[in-house]
Amino acid sequence: MAPLVYVALLMMPVYWLVAMSFKTNAEISGGLTLYPHSVSLANYALIFTDPDWYMGYVNAVVYVLINVVISVSVALPAAYAFSRHDFFGHRALFFGLLMFRMMAPAILLAPFVQIFSDLGLIDTHLAVAIAHCFFNVPLAIWILEGFISAIPREMDESARIDGHGLGSFMGRILVPQIAPGIAVAAFFCFMFSWIEFMLANALTTIDAKPIAGIMTRAAGVMTGDMALLSAASVLGLLPGLILIIFVRKYLATGFSMGRVI
Amino acid sequence: MSDRLTIIALLLPALLVIMVSGLVPAGFVAFYSLHDTFAGNSFVWVGPQWYLSVLSSSEFWWALARSLAFSALVLLIEVPLGIYIALRLPESGPLATVLMVLLAVPLLAPQIVVGYLFKVLTTPGIGLLHAIFSGAGIGYDMNNPVVVWATLLLMDAWHWTSLVVLLCYAGLRAIPQAYYQAARIDGAGRWAIFRHIQLPRLRLVLLIAVLLRLMDSFMIYAEAYVVTRGGPGVTTTFLSHELIQTATIQFDLGEGGAMSILYLLIVVGISWLFFTLIVPRRERVA
Repeated sequence: MAPLVYVALLMMPVYWLVAMSFKTNAEISGGLTLYPHSVSLANYALIFTDPDWYMGYVNAVVYVLINVVISVSVALPAAYAFSRHDFFGHRALFFGLLMFRMMAPAILLAPFVQIFSDLGLIDTHLAVAIAHCFFNVPLAIWILEGFISAIPREMDESARIDGHGLGSFMGRILVPQIAPGIAVAAFFCFMFSWIEFMLANALTTIDAKPIAGIMTRAAGVMTGDMALLSAASVLGLLPGLILIIFVRKYLATGFSMGRVI
Repeated sequence: MSDRLTIIALLLPALLVIMVSGLVPAGFVAFYSLHDTFAGNSFVWVGPQWYLSVLSSSEFWWALARSLAFSALVLLIEVPLGIYIALRLPESGPLATVLMVLLAVPLLAPQIVVGYLFKVLTTPGIGLLHAIFSGAGIGYDMNNPVVVWATLLLMDAWHWTSLVVLLCYAGLRAIPQAYYQAARIDGAGRWAIFRHIQLPRLRLVLLIAVLLRLMDSFMIYAEAYVVTRGGPGVTTTFLSHELIQTATIQFDLGEGGAMSILYLLIVVGISWLFFTLIVPRRERVA
Protein backbone atom coordinates (compact mmCIF):
# COMPACT_ATOMS: atom_id res chain seq x y z
CA MET A 1 0.00 0.00 0.00
CA ALA A 2 2.65 2.50 1.07
CA PRO A 3 4.47 2.47 -2.27
CA LEU A 4 1.20 3.03 -4.15
CA VAL A 5 0.35 6.07 -2.02
CA TYR A 6 3.90 7.37 -2.33
CA VAL A 7 4.01 7.00 -6.12
CA ALA A 8 0.57 8.65 -6.39
CA LEU A 9 1.88 11.65 -4.40
CA LEU A 10 5.00 11.71 -6.58
CA MET A 11 2.86 11.88 -9.71
CA MET A 12 0.60 14.69 -8.51
CA PRO A 13 3.00 17.50 -9.44
CA VAL A 14 3.60 15.80 -12.79
CA TYR A 15 -0.14 15.68 -13.40
CA TRP A 16 -0.39 19.37 -12.51
CA LEU A 17 2.33 20.19 -15.02
CA VAL A 18 0.73 18.14 -17.80
CA ALA A 19 -2.68 19.69 -17.08
CA MET A 20 -1.24 23.20 -17.21
CA SER A 21 0.50 22.48 -20.50
CA PHE A 22 -2.90 21.89 -22.16
CA LYS A 23 -4.51 24.99 -20.66
CA THR A 24 -4.55 28.50 -22.03
CA ASN A 25 -2.91 31.29 -20.06
CA ALA A 26 -6.38 32.76 -19.51
CA GLU A 27 -7.54 29.58 -17.83
CA ILE A 28 -4.36 29.31 -15.70
CA SER A 29 -4.67 32.83 -14.35
CA GLY A 30 -8.47 32.73 -14.15
CA GLY A 31 -8.56 30.56 -11.03
CA LEU A 32 -7.78 26.97 -10.08
CA THR A 33 -9.06 24.27 -12.43
CA LEU A 34 -8.26 20.60 -11.82
CA TYR A 35 -8.18 19.71 -15.51
CA PRO A 36 -8.01 21.77 -18.72
CA HIS A 37 -11.56 22.94 -19.52
CA SER A 38 -10.70 23.86 -23.07
CA VAL A 39 -7.83 21.68 -24.25
CA SER A 40 -5.31 23.81 -26.11
CA LEU A 41 -2.49 22.37 -28.21
CA ALA A 42 -1.13 25.82 -29.03
CA ASN A 43 1.78 25.53 -26.57
CA TYR A 44 3.01 22.28 -28.06
CA ALA A 45 2.42 23.51 -31.60
CA LEU A 46 4.65 26.52 -30.93
CA ILE A 47 7.48 24.43 -29.51
CA PHE A 48 7.39 21.90 -32.35
CA THR A 49 7.38 24.55 -35.08
CA ASP A 50 9.85 27.08 -33.68
CA PRO A 51 13.49 25.95 -34.05
CA ASP A 52 14.48 28.30 -31.19
CA TRP A 53 12.48 25.97 -28.95
CA TYR A 54 12.78 22.48 -30.39
CA MET A 55 16.52 22.77 -31.04
CA GLY A 56 16.91 23.14 -27.26
CA TYR A 57 15.91 19.49 -26.83
CA VAL A 58 18.13 18.38 -29.71
CA ASN A 59 21.12 20.27 -28.25
CA ALA A 60 20.66 18.80 -24.79
CA VAL A 61 20.29 15.25 -26.12
CA VAL A 62 23.40 15.69 -28.30
CA TYR A 63 25.75 16.84 -25.54
CA VAL A 64 24.34 14.31 -23.08
CA LEU A 65 24.94 11.44 -25.51
CA ILE A 66 28.49 12.65 -26.26
CA ASN A 67 29.12 12.81 -22.52
CA VAL A 68 27.73 9.31 -21.90
CA VAL A 69 29.90 7.83 -24.66
CA ILE A 70 33.07 9.57 -23.41
CA SER A 71 32.38 8.80 -19.75
CA VAL A 72 31.60 5.12 -20.13
CA SER A 73 34.33 4.37 -22.67
CA VAL A 74 37.17 5.95 -20.64
CA ALA A 75 35.78 4.60 -17.36
CA LEU A 76 35.64 0.98 -18.54
CA PRO A 77 39.42 0.35 -18.89
CA ALA A 78 40.12 2.38 -15.74
CA ALA A 79 37.56 0.36 -13.77
CA TYR A 80 39.18 -2.81 -15.07
CA ALA A 81 42.61 -1.62 -13.88
CA PHE A 82 41.23 -0.75 -10.42
CA SER A 83 39.44 -4.09 -10.17
CA ARG A 84 42.27 -6.37 -11.29
CA HIS A 85 45.55 -4.69 -10.42
CA ASP A 86 46.83 -3.87 -6.98
CA PHE A 87 49.27 -1.21 -8.09
CA PHE A 88 51.04 1.32 -5.90
CA GLY A 89 48.75 4.20 -4.87
CA HIS A 90 45.72 2.23 -6.06
CA ARG A 91 43.39 3.29 -3.25
CA ALA A 92 44.62 6.87 -3.11
CA LEU A 93 44.04 7.26 -6.85
CA PHE A 94 40.57 5.71 -6.65
CA PHE A 95 39.49 8.18 -3.98
CA GLY A 96 41.37 10.99 -5.67
CA LEU A 97 39.15 10.39 -8.69
CA LEU A 98 36.05 10.22 -6.53
CA MET A 99 36.95 13.63 -5.10
CA PHE A 100 36.26 15.15 -8.51
CA ARG A 101 32.66 13.94 -8.20
CA MET A 102 32.46 16.16 -5.10
CA MET A 103 33.29 19.34 -6.96
CA ALA A 104 30.16 21.24 -7.78
CA PRO A 105 29.42 23.03 -11.07
CA ALA A 106 29.40 26.32 -9.13
CA ILE A 107 33.06 25.79 -8.20
CA LEU A 108 34.28 25.14 -11.73
CA LEU A 109 32.06 27.61 -13.56
CA ALA A 110 34.52 30.52 -13.76
CA PRO A 111 37.54 28.45 -14.93
CA PHE A 112 35.42 26.52 -17.43
CA VAL A 113 34.19 29.74 -19.04
CA GLN A 114 37.77 30.98 -19.29
CA ILE A 115 39.23 27.69 -20.59
CA PHE A 116 36.56 27.06 -23.19
CA SER A 117 36.69 30.68 -24.36
CA ASP A 118 40.47 30.37 -24.84
CA LEU A 119 39.96 27.13 -26.78
CA GLY A 120 37.20 28.66 -28.91
CA LEU A 121 34.80 25.96 -27.75
CA ILE A 122 32.14 28.15 -26.15
CA ASP A 123 28.69 27.35 -27.52
CA THR A 124 29.64 23.86 -28.70
CA HIS A 125 28.09 20.58 -27.58
CA LEU A 126 31.60 19.25 -26.99
CA ALA A 127 32.32 21.91 -24.34
CA VAL A 128 29.31 20.90 -22.24
CA ALA A 129 29.99 17.19 -22.77
CA ILE A 130 33.60 17.59 -21.59
CA ALA A 131 32.63 19.81 -18.65
CA HIS A 132 30.13 17.21 -17.42
CA CYS A 133 32.89 14.55 -17.37
CA PHE A 134 34.26 15.72 -14.02
CA PHE A 135 31.24 14.32 -12.21
CA ASN A 136 30.34 11.45 -14.55
CA VAL A 137 33.72 9.77 -15.16
CA PRO A 138 34.43 9.10 -11.46
CA LEU A 139 30.88 7.81 -10.95
CA ALA A 140 31.09 5.53 -13.99
CA ILE A 141 34.44 4.13 -12.75
CA TRP A 142 32.91 3.50 -9.33
CA ILE A 143 29.90 1.66 -10.77
CA LEU A 144 31.83 -0.37 -13.37
CA GLU A 145 34.54 -1.37 -10.87
CA GLY A 146 31.84 -3.11 -8.82
CA PHE A 147 30.53 -5.03 -11.82
CA ILE A 148 33.97 -6.13 -13.02
CA SER A 149 34.97 -7.23 -9.53
CA ALA A 150 31.88 -9.44 -9.37
CA ILE A 151 33.33 -11.49 -12.25
CA PRO A 152 35.88 -14.10 -11.17
CA ARG A 153 39.47 -13.53 -12.27
CA GLU A 154 39.57 -17.05 -13.69
CA MET A 155 37.66 -15.69 -16.67
CA ASP A 156 40.58 -13.37 -17.52
CA GLU A 157 43.01 -16.27 -17.32
CA SER A 158 41.03 -18.68 -19.45
CA ALA A 159 40.65 -15.90 -22.04
CA ARG A 160 44.43 -15.42 -22.02
CA ILE A 161 44.94 -19.16 -22.53
CA ASP A 162 42.49 -19.00 -25.43
CA GLY A 163 44.80 -16.43 -27.01
CA HIS A 164 42.85 -13.22 -26.36
CA GLY A 165 44.97 -10.09 -25.98
CA LEU A 166 43.83 -7.36 -23.61
CA GLY A 167 41.90 -5.47 -26.30
CA SER A 168 40.07 -8.46 -27.69
CA PHE A 169 39.38 -9.74 -24.15
CA MET A 170 37.75 -6.43 -23.19
CA GLY A 171 35.76 -6.10 -26.39
CA ARG A 172 34.62 -9.70 -26.88
CA ILE A 173 34.40 -11.12 -23.37
CA LEU A 174 34.33 -8.44 -20.70
CA VAL A 175 31.86 -6.01 -22.31
CA PRO A 176 29.15 -8.67 -22.97
CA GLN A 177 29.65 -10.02 -19.43
CA ILE A 178 29.11 -6.66 -17.76
CA ALA A 179 26.46 -5.32 -20.18
CA PRO A 180 24.04 -4.65 -17.29
CA GLY A 181 26.79 -2.65 -15.56
CA ILE A 182 27.36 -0.58 -18.68
CA ALA A 183 23.60 0.07 -18.84
CA VAL A 184 23.56 1.18 -15.18
CA ALA A 185 26.61 3.43 -15.63
CA ALA A 186 25.14 4.94 -18.80
CA PHE A 187 21.81 5.54 -17.02
CA PHE A 188 23.47 7.47 -14.20
CA CYS A 189 25.70 9.47 -16.57
CA PHE A 190 22.70 10.36 -18.72
CA MET A 191 20.72 11.40 -15.65
CA PHE A 192 23.32 13.70 -14.10
CA SER A 193 24.25 15.31 -17.43
CA TRP A 194 20.63 15.70 -18.56
CA ILE A 195 19.46 17.53 -15.45
CA GLU A 196 22.50 19.82 -14.96
CA PHE A 197 21.74 23.45 -15.64
CA MET A 198 24.46 25.86 -14.56
CA LEU A 199 27.37 24.72 -16.74
CA ALA A 200 25.20 23.72 -19.68
CA ASN A 201 23.67 27.20 -19.69
CA ALA A 202 26.85 29.19 -19.06
CA LEU A 203 28.94 27.43 -21.72
CA THR A 204 26.40 27.91 -24.50
CA THR A 205 24.83 30.89 -26.22
CA ILE A 206 22.81 29.91 -29.31
CA ASP A 207 24.03 26.90 -31.29
CA ALA A 208 24.28 24.46 -28.37
CA LYS A 209 21.80 26.04 -25.91
CA PRO A 210 19.87 23.37 -23.98
CA ILE A 211 16.13 23.60 -23.44
CA ALA A 212 16.61 24.59 -19.79
CA GLY A 213 18.60 27.63 -20.94
CA ILE A 214 15.91 28.54 -23.45
CA MET A 215 13.25 28.27 -20.75
CA THR A 216 15.07 30.76 -18.56
CA ARG A 217 15.92 33.14 -21.40
CA ALA A 218 13.12 33.21 -23.95
CA ALA A 219 10.23 33.03 -21.55
CA GLY A 220 11.63 33.81 -18.14
CA VAL A 221 10.90 31.05 -15.64
CA MET A 222 9.90 33.63 -13.06
CA THR A 223 7.17 35.56 -14.78
CA GLY A 224 6.76 34.24 -18.28
CA ASP A 225 4.15 32.45 -20.31
CA MET A 226 3.13 29.70 -17.88
CA ALA A 227 1.22 27.51 -20.32
CA LEU A 228 4.16 27.52 -22.73
CA LEU A 229 6.71 26.87 -19.98
CA SER A 230 4.60 23.97 -18.72
CA ALA A 231 4.51 22.41 -22.16
CA ALA A 232 8.28 22.91 -22.45
CA SER A 233 8.72 21.25 -19.04
CA VAL A 234 6.54 18.28 -19.98
CA LEU A 235 8.64 17.78 -23.11
CA GLY A 236 11.72 18.11 -20.88
CA LEU A 237 10.57 15.02 -18.99
CA LEU A 238 10.12 12.94 -22.15
CA PRO A 239 13.74 11.98 -23.03
CA GLY A 240 14.19 10.76 -19.46
CA LEU A 241 10.96 8.77 -19.68
CA ILE A 242 12.11 7.14 -22.92
CA LEU A 243 15.40 6.15 -21.26
CA ILE A 244 13.55 4.74 -18.24
CA ILE A 245 11.33 2.63 -20.47
CA PHE A 246 14.45 1.22 -22.13
CA VAL A 247 15.99 0.19 -18.81
CA ARG A 248 12.72 -0.80 -17.07
CA LYS A 249 13.67 -4.48 -16.88
CA TYR A 250 16.88 -3.69 -15.01
CA LEU A 251 14.97 -1.35 -12.70
CA ALA A 252 12.30 -3.87 -11.81
CA THR A 253 14.72 -6.70 -11.06
CA GLY A 254 16.88 -4.48 -8.88
CA PHE A 255 19.34 -2.15 -10.58
CA SER A 256 22.27 -4.42 -9.74
CA MET A 257 25.37 -2.57 -8.55
CA GLY A 258 27.87 -5.38 -9.13
CA ARG A 259 30.16 -6.39 -6.30
CA VAL A 260 29.02 -3.51 -4.13
CA ILE A 261 26.18 -5.64 -2.79
CA MET B 1 53.67 -5.51 -22.36
CA SER B 2 54.70 -5.27 -18.72
CA ASP B 3 52.14 -5.05 -15.98
CA ARG B 4 52.93 -1.46 -15.18
CA LEU B 5 52.58 -0.34 -18.79
CA THR B 6 49.25 -2.17 -19.01
CA ILE B 7 47.95 -0.36 -15.94
CA ILE B 8 49.06 3.01 -17.28
CA ALA B 9 47.47 2.30 -20.65
CA LEU B 10 44.19 1.30 -18.99
CA LEU B 11 44.08 4.36 -16.73
CA LEU B 12 45.36 6.92 -19.20
CA PRO B 13 42.12 7.77 -21.07
CA ALA B 14 40.19 8.37 -17.84
CA LEU B 15 43.04 10.35 -16.31
CA LEU B 16 43.34 12.55 -19.41
CA VAL B 17 39.60 13.32 -19.42
CA ILE B 18 39.63 14.06 -15.68
CA MET B 19 42.67 16.27 -16.15
CA VAL B 20 40.91 18.39 -18.77
CA SER B 21 37.50 18.51 -17.11
CA GLY B 22 38.49 18.45 -13.44
CA LEU B 23 42.13 18.92 -12.52
CA VAL B 24 42.96 21.87 -14.78
CA PRO B 25 39.86 23.93 -13.85
CA ALA B 26 40.40 23.04 -10.18
CA GLY B 27 43.99 24.25 -10.59
CA PHE B 28 42.65 27.54 -11.96
CA VAL B 29 40.43 27.86 -8.88
CA ALA B 30 43.37 27.22 -6.54
CA PHE B 31 45.41 29.79 -8.51
CA TYR B 32 42.62 32.39 -8.31
CA SER B 33 42.39 31.82 -4.56
CA LEU B 34 46.01 32.92 -4.04
CA HIS B 35 46.13 35.84 -6.48
CA ASP B 36 44.54 39.20 -7.01
CA THR B 37 43.52 40.16 -10.50
CA PHE B 38 43.20 43.39 -12.43
CA ALA B 39 40.85 43.30 -15.39
CA GLY B 40 41.00 39.52 -15.26
CA ASN B 41 44.30 39.08 -17.08
CA SER B 42 47.17 40.11 -14.82
CA PHE B 43 47.54 38.27 -11.56
CA VAL B 44 49.45 39.26 -8.43
CA TRP B 45 50.31 36.79 -5.66
CA VAL B 46 48.53 37.73 -2.44
CA GLY B 47 49.03 34.65 -0.26
CA PRO B 48 46.21 33.60 2.08
CA GLN B 49 44.51 37.01 1.95
CA TRP B 50 41.33 35.73 0.26
CA TYR B 51 41.03 32.83 2.67
CA LEU B 52 41.27 35.19 5.62
CA SER B 53 38.67 37.48 4.10
CA VAL B 54 36.27 34.58 3.43
CA LEU B 55 36.80 33.12 6.91
CA SER B 56 36.08 36.46 8.50
CA SER B 57 32.90 37.03 6.47
CA SER B 58 29.71 36.29 8.35
CA GLU B 59 27.86 35.78 5.02
CA PHE B 60 30.12 32.78 4.30
CA TRP B 61 29.56 31.20 7.72
CA TRP B 62 25.79 31.70 7.53
CA ALA B 63 25.61 30.29 4.01
CA LEU B 64 27.72 27.35 5.16
CA ALA B 65 25.43 26.77 8.14
CA ARG B 66 22.34 26.88 5.89
CA SER B 67 23.91 24.46 3.41
CA LEU B 68 24.95 22.05 6.17
CA ALA B 69 21.48 22.20 7.69
CA PHE B 70 19.85 21.65 4.31
CA SER B 71 22.03 18.62 3.51
CA ALA B 72 21.48 17.16 6.97
CA LEU B 73 17.70 17.49 6.65
CA VAL B 74 17.78 16.10 3.10
CA LEU B 75 19.62 12.99 4.31
CA LEU B 76 17.40 12.58 7.39
CA ILE B 77 14.27 12.69 5.23
CA GLU B 78 15.32 10.92 2.05
CA VAL B 79 17.38 8.01 3.41
CA PRO B 80 14.80 6.54 5.86
CA LEU B 81 11.91 7.26 3.46
CA GLY B 82 13.81 5.68 0.56
CA ILE B 83 14.66 2.56 2.58
CA TYR B 84 11.05 2.25 3.77
CA ILE B 85 9.58 2.50 0.24
CA ALA B 86 12.18 0.04 -1.11
CA LEU B 87 11.24 -2.48 1.62
CA ARG B 88 7.55 -2.19 0.77
CA LEU B 89 7.79 -2.41 -3.02
CA PRO B 90 6.64 -5.70 -4.56
CA GLU B 91 9.57 -8.03 -5.26
CA SER B 92 8.59 -8.73 -8.87
CA GLY B 93 5.72 -8.68 -11.34
CA PRO B 94 4.18 -6.06 -13.60
CA LEU B 95 3.22 -3.81 -10.66
CA ALA B 96 6.88 -3.64 -9.62
CA THR B 97 7.85 -2.58 -13.16
CA VAL B 98 5.18 0.13 -13.34
CA LEU B 99 6.06 1.50 -9.90
CA MET B 100 9.80 1.56 -10.63
CA VAL B 101 9.26 3.38 -13.93
CA LEU B 102 7.09 6.01 -12.23
CA LEU B 103 9.56 6.33 -9.33
CA ALA B 104 12.37 7.05 -11.78
CA VAL B 105 10.52 9.88 -13.56
CA PRO B 106 11.46 12.68 -11.10
CA LEU B 107 15.14 11.63 -11.24
CA LEU B 108 15.34 12.64 -14.88
CA ALA B 109 13.55 15.97 -14.47
CA PRO B 110 15.95 18.80 -15.41
CA GLN B 111 16.78 21.08 -12.47
CA ILE B 112 15.06 24.04 -14.10
CA VAL B 113 11.90 22.01 -14.65
CA VAL B 114 11.89 20.92 -10.98
CA GLY B 115 12.37 24.50 -9.82
CA TYR B 116 9.69 25.81 -12.17
CA LEU B 117 7.28 23.05 -11.11
CA PHE B 118 7.58 23.88 -7.40
CA LYS B 119 7.46 27.60 -8.13
CA VAL B 120 4.14 27.00 -9.87
CA LEU B 121 2.80 24.64 -7.19
CA THR B 122 3.28 27.30 -4.50
CA THR B 123 1.96 30.26 -6.48
CA PRO B 124 -1.32 31.65 -5.08
CA GLY B 125 -4.32 31.02 -7.33
CA ILE B 126 -2.34 28.72 -9.64
CA GLY B 127 -0.56 26.07 -7.61
CA LEU B 128 -1.97 22.88 -6.15
CA LEU B 129 0.12 23.01 -2.94
CA HIS B 130 -0.96 26.54 -2.22
CA ALA B 131 -4.59 25.62 -2.88
CA ILE B 132 -4.54 22.53 -0.64
CA PHE B 133 -2.91 24.26 2.34
CA SER B 134 -5.02 27.40 2.00
CA GLY B 135 -8.14 25.26 1.68
CA ALA B 136 -7.21 23.46 4.90
CA GLY B 137 -6.97 26.84 6.62
CA ILE B 138 -3.25 26.53 7.21
CA GLY B 139 -2.22 29.00 4.52
CA TYR B 140 0.92 28.94 2.43
CA ASP B 141 3.04 31.99 3.03
CA MET B 142 6.19 32.03 0.94
CA ASN B 143 7.41 34.99 3.00
CA ASN B 144 7.69 32.68 6.00
CA PRO B 145 11.19 31.14 6.14
CA VAL B 146 9.86 27.92 7.68
CA VAL B 147 7.38 27.45 4.83
CA VAL B 148 10.07 28.21 2.25
CA TRP B 149 12.46 25.70 3.80
CA ALA B 150 9.72 23.07 3.94
CA THR B 151 8.99 23.75 0.26
CA LEU B 152 12.66 23.29 -0.73
CA LEU B 153 12.93 20.08 1.31
CA LEU B 154 9.72 18.78 -0.22
CA MET B 155 11.08 19.63 -3.67
CA ASP B 156 14.37 17.86 -3.02
CA ALA B 157 12.59 14.82 -1.56
CA TRP B 158 10.31 14.72 -4.62
CA HIS B 159 13.28 14.87 -6.96
CA TRP B 160 15.76 12.57 -5.23
CA THR B 161 14.16 10.11 -2.76
CA SER B 162 13.69 7.78 -5.72
CA LEU B 163 17.48 7.52 -6.03
CA VAL B 164 17.64 6.02 -2.53
CA VAL B 165 14.68 3.74 -3.37
CA LEU B 166 16.31 2.55 -6.59
CA LEU B 167 19.65 1.76 -4.95
CA CYS B 168 18.10 0.09 -1.88
CA TYR B 169 15.71 -1.94 -4.01
CA ALA B 170 18.72 -3.22 -5.95
CA GLY B 171 20.47 -4.05 -2.68
CA LEU B 172 17.45 -5.93 -1.36
CA ARG B 173 17.01 -7.98 -4.53
CA ALA B 174 20.63 -9.15 -4.16
CA ILE B 175 20.03 -10.78 -0.75
CA PRO B 176 19.81 -14.57 -1.20
CA GLN B 177 16.45 -16.12 -0.16
CA ALA B 178 18.36 -18.56 2.07
CA TYR B 179 19.09 -15.69 4.49
CA TYR B 180 15.36 -15.10 4.98
CA GLN B 181 14.64 -18.81 5.37
CA ALA B 182 17.30 -19.09 8.05
CA ALA B 183 15.83 -16.06 9.82
CA ARG B 184 12.35 -17.55 9.69
CA ILE B 185 13.58 -20.79 11.25
CA ASP B 186 15.12 -18.72 14.04
CA GLY B 187 11.74 -17.03 14.51
CA ALA B 188 13.06 -13.56 13.67
CA GLY B 189 10.48 -10.78 13.43
CA ARG B 190 10.31 -8.14 10.72
CA TRP B 191 12.45 -5.68 12.67
CA ALA B 192 15.10 -8.31 13.49
CA ILE B 193 15.27 -9.27 9.81
CA PHE B 194 15.69 -5.62 8.85
CA ARG B 195 18.26 -4.89 11.53
CA HIS B 196 20.40 -8.02 11.17
CA ILE B 197 19.98 -9.10 7.56
CA GLN B 198 18.71 -6.32 5.32
CA LEU B 199 20.42 -3.24 6.75
CA PRO B 200 23.94 -4.77 6.83
CA ARG B 201 23.53 -5.94 3.23
CA LEU B 202 22.35 -2.47 2.19
CA ARG B 203 25.40 -0.74 3.66
CA LEU B 204 27.32 -0.28 0.45
CA VAL B 205 24.40 0.88 -1.69
CA LEU B 206 23.49 3.25 1.13
CA LEU B 207 27.04 4.60 1.00
CA ILE B 208 26.56 5.49 -2.67
CA ALA B 209 23.13 7.00 -1.98
CA VAL B 210 24.29 9.04 1.02
CA LEU B 211 27.41 10.35 -0.70
CA LEU B 212 25.60 11.31 -3.90
CA ARG B 213 22.82 13.07 -2.00
CA LEU B 214 25.32 14.81 0.27
CA MET B 215 27.50 16.09 -2.57
CA ASP B 216 24.59 17.34 -4.65
CA SER B 217 22.36 18.81 -1.94
CA PHE B 218 25.30 20.67 -0.38
CA MET B 219 25.70 22.68 -3.58
CA ILE B 220 22.05 22.95 -4.64
CA TYR B 221 21.68 25.91 -6.97
CA ALA B 222 19.27 26.21 -9.89
CA GLU B 223 16.26 24.47 -8.36
CA ALA B 224 16.30 26.44 -5.12
CA TYR B 225 17.09 29.69 -6.92
CA VAL B 226 14.12 29.42 -9.27
CA VAL B 227 11.74 28.83 -6.33
CA THR B 228 13.07 31.32 -3.79
CA ARG B 229 15.80 33.52 -5.32
CA GLY B 230 17.61 32.95 -2.02
CA GLY B 231 14.89 34.61 0.02
CA PRO B 232 12.97 35.71 1.93
CA GLY B 233 15.94 37.87 2.92
CA VAL B 234 18.89 35.51 2.76
CA THR B 235 17.17 32.60 4.53
CA THR B 236 17.62 30.24 1.56
CA THR B 237 20.89 31.64 0.20
CA PHE B 238 23.11 28.56 0.12
CA LEU B 239 26.85 28.21 -0.47
CA SER B 240 26.51 27.92 -4.23
CA HIS B 241 24.43 31.11 -4.43
CA GLU B 242 27.03 32.93 -2.34
CA LEU B 243 29.77 31.52 -4.57
CA ILE B 244 28.11 32.41 -7.87
CA GLN B 245 27.34 35.87 -6.54
CA THR B 246 31.00 36.36 -5.60
CA ALA B 247 32.77 34.68 -8.51
CA THR B 248 30.66 35.49 -11.54
CA ILE B 249 28.44 38.45 -10.67
CA GLN B 250 30.85 40.57 -8.62
CA PHE B 251 33.66 38.85 -10.58
CA ASP B 252 35.67 38.42 -7.36
CA LEU B 253 37.66 35.43 -8.59
CA GLY B 254 40.05 35.39 -5.63
CA GLU B 255 37.40 35.34 -2.96
CA GLY B 256 35.29 32.90 -4.99
CA GLY B 257 38.32 30.64 -5.40
CA ALA B 258 39.09 30.63 -1.69
CA MET B 259 35.44 29.89 -0.94
CA SER B 260 35.50 26.98 -3.43
CA ILE B 261 38.60 25.41 -1.91
CA LEU B 262 37.14 25.71 1.58
CA TYR B 263 33.90 24.16 0.36
CA LEU B 264 35.79 21.27 -1.21
CA LEU B 265 37.73 20.56 1.99
CA ILE B 266 34.46 20.42 3.91
CA VAL B 267 32.64 18.09 1.53
CA VAL B 268 35.65 15.76 1.20
CA GLY B 269 35.94 15.66 5.00
CA ILE B 270 32.27 14.81 5.53
CA SER B 271 32.32 12.21 2.74
CA TRP B 272 35.36 10.55 4.32
CA LEU B 273 33.55 10.50 7.66
CA PHE B 274 30.51 8.76 6.15
CA PHE B 275 32.77 6.37 4.34
CA THR B 276 34.57 5.26 7.49
CA LEU B 277 31.32 5.09 9.46
CA ILE B 278 29.38 3.03 6.93
CA VAL B 279 32.08 0.67 5.64
CA PRO B 280 34.06 -1.45 8.09
CA ARG B 281 37.76 -1.45 7.34
CA ARG B 282 38.07 -4.99 6.00
CA GLU B 283 35.33 -4.47 3.39
CA ARG B 284 36.51 -1.23 1.87
CA VAL B 285 36.23 -1.19 -1.89
CA ALA B 286 39.28 -0.62 -4.04
